[in-house]
Amino acid sequence: MQKPVATTRDVMGLPTGRLAVWWVIASEIVIFGGLLASYLMHRLGHPDWASQSIVTNTWIGAFNTFVLLTSSLSAVLAHAAAEDGDGKKAAKLLLLTVLGGAVFIGVKSVEWTLEISHGYTITSHPFWSFYYTAAGLHALHVIAGCVIMLFVAADAAKGRELQRVEYIGIYWHFVDIIWIFLFPLLYIAK
Amino acid sequence: MSATAEHVEHGHHDEGFVKKVLWSTDHKVIAFQYMVTGMAMGLVGAAMAYAFRMQLAWPGSEVPGFGIITPDVYNALVTNHGTIMIFWVAMPVLIAAFGNYLIPLMCGVDDMAFPRINRLSFQIFLLSAVVLMVSLFVPGGGFGGAWTAYPPLSAQELYSLTPMGSSLWLVAVALEFVAFLLGGINFVTTAMNSRAPGMKALDVPLVVWMIVIASILFMASVGPLIAGAVMLFMDQQVGTGFFDPASGGDPILWQHLFWFFGHPEVYVVLLPAIGIAGEIIPVFSRKKLFGYKTILLTAIGTGVLSFFVWAHHQFVAGIDPRMANIFTITTVLISIPIAEMVFLYIATLFGGSIRFTTPMLWALAFVAEFLIGGVTGIFLGASGSDIYFHDTYFVVAHFHYTFFPIAIIGTYAGFTYWFPKMTGRMMSERLGKVHFWGTIIPFNLTFLPLFFLGAAGQHRRIYDYSSFPELATDPLQALRVVATVALLVMLAFQVVFFWNVFKSLRSGKRAEANPWRSNTLEWTTTQTPPGHGNWDELPTCFRGPYEYSHPDRDEDYWPQNEPA
Repeated sequence: MQKPVATTRDVMGLPTGRLAVWWVIASEIVIFGGLLASYLMHRLGHPDWASQSIVTNTWIGAFNTFVLLTSSLSAVLAHAAAEDGDGKKAAKLLLLTVLGGAVFIGVKSVEWTLEISHGYTITSHPFWSFYYTAAGLHALHVIAGCVIMLFVAADAAKGRELQRVEYIGIYWHFVDIIWIFLFPLLYIAK
Repeated sequence: MSATAEHVEHGHHDEGFVKKVLWSTDHKVIAFQYMVTGMAMGLVGAAMAYAFRMQLAWPGSEVPGFGIITPDVYNALVTNHGTIMIFWVAMPVLIAAFGNYLIPLMCGVDDMAFPRINRLSFQIFLLSAVVLMVSLFVPGGGFGGAWTAYPPLSAQELYSLTPMGSSLWLVAVALEFVAFLLGGINFVTTAMNSRAPGMKALDVPLVVWMIVIASILFMASVGPLIAGAVMLFMDQQVGTGFFDPASGGDPILWQHLFWFFGHPEVYVVLLPAIGIAGEIIPVFSRKKLFGYKTILLTAIGTGVLSFFVWAHHQFVAGIDPRMANIFTITTVLISIPIAEMVFLYIATLFGGSIRFTTPMLWALAFVAEFLIGGVTGIFLGASGSDIYFHDTYFVVAHFHYTFFPIAIIGTYAGFTYWFPKMTGRMMSERLGKVHFWGTIIPFNLTFLPLFFLGAAGQHRRIYDYSSFPELATDPLQALRVVATVALLVMLAFQVVFFWNVFKSLRSGKRAEANPWRSNTLEWTTTQTPPGHGNWDELPTCFRGPYEYSHPDRDEDYWPQNEPA
């Protein structure tokens, strides 16, 4: 499909794609904001939820935080490579980021399996309902980010649509930041 | 980018019906798709209103075309009437259809910034409409827990008795939100980044600004409700207890999440309608819009304020009375910017050479009728009187006096005004005026009685008043009959509209490029209706959109693309 003139104009002085990614993130922030605000109000009103949150494994959470933040580094390096016009290098670095996302999801599935096998299911207590819903919604974003990144990497390897390396990177940082809110709220706050 | 590089490509090859109509990325085609789907859903919503109004006027009798209406069907009809009229009529027509059609044309560009996302947005919207229609026919029937879907009624099958209907309803609403997030991102980025050379932010026509502000409001308010919808869905299908007090949840939480979205949503649909009136009134007064910047600032102010009024829907939900005081103040405050806009429109009319064309009549009716909705809102925003009026027909009358002017009158105003550019034909003025009066008079006769019924204490969600001695009196029943008969008359007059559209499309007078002698860019393309790419050569903008009757000019208008 031929790009319309509309896509190529940049009246605000920044690329249309980047502008759109920021609006996507703005709308995502309020989705997670609503969910986390609901959780926070409940936690503040129910100190007794601590009896449930004590069960979450802070070390597994910390490890996943480390993995996810590190994967952002390769996303940044991929952006730098794309700026230099090196699509092949950008693609490789993006694959490294996808690997980080995959490790995150892998660790999370082991963690959830353990918790569910100990009887902490989504219906056993409101804390666990929030735990699985919030972390699950975040995990869906990680998976979506990985899938999109594979498409962007495939294009970038052929030197096409290199600007998208930056856009998916912005999105990936956003997914990181959501986790930076989730980790203390679900794991550290006992 | 140099001006010569902005020639629009003309790919003249034969495209099939599927590619041209169903799979098109052209913003105008997508606008028509939204318009047609929205109007079709409007007919569904109107049919539902017909059915339950008949039940209220003549309880228990057979409704022609529907049969006997049972209580559960009544609930499903009322619920889905509200849901459809807001999410599948007001939103797609006012924001998506007019937004898609007008933003690229008024900003002087060939398409939306992301045409394929635009197409995806409509496809998801269409899917959501299909899911909603299916939800009415599943075992157990359609969801009947009101468009606000308060738990625990909506959360548990045990109470709602609609195991599949309530979840499908929720999925449909969630899909609709996704469609409008995608569409909104497109509108905002296009209006920000793809404007014609020379078009500064304050040269952008009001309706574009309003659709953009509405899209941002929607984006900023719908998130918590999406989170809430996920939670409600889990409550329904997985068995969590987010909104169930028995398992540690809180049903009031839903009310907060719902109305944090629900109240800004009123302004999401109101602002585009105000924008449409703001385009029409200067053109048919031949006067510059009075206070363009003030209207813009008040719209932004309204948008910001609208995030701080939501709890006025919850005055009887057991919230802290001190909190109720705060929300009373913010709610009454929000009438100030809206009143200001009304005054500015009246000031625009003052001393103008007014022509009462059909679009102008609709635009003026919008301002006048919305005023009644706004003024009665003050009674509901003040916690003292709201405790009495809560959930009575006073509320029903109030919000129909806001939503009907917005969704129906606003749409007819825009539709009749842009019809010549959209189709290349003029509509019949005579039929247009018959339709106008045939709609406006019965509209008032339908909803004015409801104020009195509400003040008499008639509660909203009741299927049959005959078992309530104080409500089953003859005078009150007479008011119910008046409202229903007026509704029937109003629905009958809509045939005139469809006849007018049909007749005008077939044999209407051919429209010139700029039949209303308007300034904005959509009229400057010589193509009527505009083809793919909109202009042969994309325009440049030299001035604001409302330079009518400029003293230095012989012509009483000054198109935005005309060099000084």
